[in-house]
Amino acid sequence: MQHDTLVEIRDVVFGYGARPVLKGVNLTARRGQVVAIMGSSGCGKTTLLRLIGGQVRPRQGSVRVAGESVGELDRAGLYRLRRKMGMLFQFGALFTDMPVFDNVAFQLREHTDLPEDVIRDLVLMKLDAVGLRGAAELMPSELSGGMARRVALARAIALDPMLVMYDEPFAGLDPISLGVTGNLIRRLTDTLGLTSLLVTHDVQESLKIVDYVYFVSDGIIVAEGTADEIRASTLPYVHQFVHGESDGPVPFHYPAPTYAEDLRLGAQRA
Amino acid sequence: MPRRWIEGLGRRTIEGVWRIGFAARFFGVMLLHSGTAFQRLGLTIREMYFSGVLSLTIILVSGLFVGMVLGLQGYDTLQRFGSESALGTLVALSLVRELGPVLAGLMFASRAGSAITAEIGLMKATEQLSAMEMMAVDPIARVVAPRFWAGVISMPLLAALFSAMGILGGYLVGVRLIGVDEGTFWSQMQGSVDFTQDILNGVVKSVVFGVAITTIALFEGYDAPPTAEGVSGATTRTVVTSSLVVLALDFVLTAFMFRGTN
Amino acid sequence: MNRTVLDLWVGLFVIAGIGALLFLALKVGSMSTVKAGSSYDVVARFDNIGGLKPRAPVKSAGVVVGRVADIRFDNETYEAAVTLRIDKRYAFPKDSSAAIMTSGLLGEQYIGLEAGGDEHKLEDKDRITLTQSAVVLENLIGQFIYGKAQEGAPQ
Repeated sequence: MQHDTLVEIRDVVFGYGARPVLKGVNLTARRGQVVAIMGSSGCGKTTLLRLIGGQVRPRQGSVRVAGESVGELDRAGLYRLRRKMGMLFQFGALFTDMPVFDNVAFQLREHTDLPEDVIRDLVLMKLDAVGLRGAAELMPSELSGGMARRVALARAIALDPMLVMYDEPFAGLDPISLGVTGNLIRRLTDTLGLTSLLVTHDVQESLKIVDYVYFVSDGIIVAEGTADEIRASTLPYVHQFVHGESDGPVPFHYPAPTYAEDLRLGAQRA
Repeated sequence: MPRRWIEGLGRRTIEGVWRIGFAARFFGVMLLHSGTAFQRLGLTIREMYFSGVLSLTIILVSGLFVGMVLGLQGYDTLQRFGSESALGTLVALSLVRELGPVLAGLMFASRAGSAITAEIGLMKATEQLSAMEMMAVDPIARVVAPRFWAGVISMPLLAALFSAMGILGGYLVGVRLIGVDEGTFWSQMQGSVDFTQDILNGVVKSVVFGVAITTIALFEGYDAPPTAEGVSGATTRTVVTSSLVVLALDFVLTAFMFRGTN
Repeated sequence: MNRTVLDLWVGLFVIAGIGALLFLALKVGSMSTVKAGSSYDVVARFDNIGGLKPRAPVKSAGVVVGRVADIRFDNETYEAAVTLRIDKRYAFPKDSSAAIMTSGLLGEQYIGLEAGGDEHKLEDKDRITLTQSAVVLENLIGQFIYGKAQEGAPQ
């Protein structure tokens, strides 16, 4: 079903300079789903989000969002598409020179000609949805990490996007904020009819809320499935990742070649 | 090892040329995307507060002191030749032609330039620029260009204020403290300071310095590695590079402007 | 910070800056570069201009009436050809004379215009024929010593 699929990644190859990051990735996200992309640090998860957002273009393969090929769009087309996307950066990336209210109002003011009282209502609505209507006048420096991330979420959904991407939404949060953020992602996805794409290495928290999971390792998808399938998976890598075991067969082999490659790269540069 | 050393030199040269190329491209893109800075004047005015108004204290105070020192030293030297009457000329010409634009430029580089680099660098390090891009807002148009134009507008005003304060300082020391005749002080000044030759050229200088300093500051910030060390290194480079560029440009501009006159 | 407060400060800053520019233009400098069209050029030839520089003032009765626009060496007459740019508001008789003067003993040199009695006025590209060269201090001292030596010489 074409209109059911929002994000479709086919055989994407990408690398920074000589270093390959993605070596043929296939991934699909349906409308209304919460999809998680998991994997250890530096495996190319964030790069996937950058590809979907059009900040980098694939070397091979295609990235399609709502039927449009992101890699082939011109600047205007890309900006048009991005208005329908929201992105939550790792530490919120709130604009530090403006209060919470203006942060959430930013896109409304940049992209619409709405009168200020309508903007005010919309902003307070979005802030209320993340439980921070009372913090509207605070500056980002006065917020805790969890609050900053919720404000960033409110900002990401300000224009009612069809797709929201989250880069490590759980990193560095205390257990309470962790649960709050997780529930929020699920609830907003369901109530606003969004599609959520989650990049994370926090397995336990994300398995509670996601519909579908992709495991990325060494530039390819090594496993995929629903939350229950992943929990029950017997694949050594997935098993080790899900249960957080330090001693597993597969990952022990994986770091070795990249490390050696790194060393050789280092030798060439010096 | 000499080979290593030569390789290092070669690499640094290539990197340097790359950076200059990037900076030139950055400058071009910034000019192309300047529409927003004028359509939404509020953005530019906001930045003028940060680069202009907040630099006022240092500019006014240092201008006053430089003028007072010029008054003292100038009087001391001139009176040896019995030409105290030329004190006004000396103070005004040195300030309007050279010290005003150059010193105000150096102050501006260290006060506003470093702040711009640090701010842009931090916005980059905390992914604020990426976030803006993902919100379909061009950071060059929204963040960079207003700061550029604010700097370019502020700089000549600051230089003029510096010169005016300096002349006031020279007047206070020369006329009020030492007792050079007030009428002579002003009339000698007016007789020898020419509007286009001296004052307008000083303004042109300060505009050029404003362009150079803000471009360097913005580029260093935009190009800074997104780490704490990266941003602090970029801030230092802004002050060092833009100070040197101001002095070098000053020489070039002076050579062009005052060629053929005394 | 409040938007209006910020606007106010920037407004004050701009007013102060423009005020400083006006102060420089009106009080410190003189708007004396006579604009093209509102001035006329006359040429005066001198045997020796001493330390005269371009842009030196041209004064008559002590009032600045123009500026030295250009100084050239004439390779046929071996004289200095000095172009004086004089404000149109001031008209001088054709037989006016120009002299190179020094303000004070060591001060800057300027051109003094002495009005003549002719009915016709100087016009653009005219020549001032009556000129008096700069007093060169060395020559003066030389003459003085020579004169003293003559006085003291046995009759």
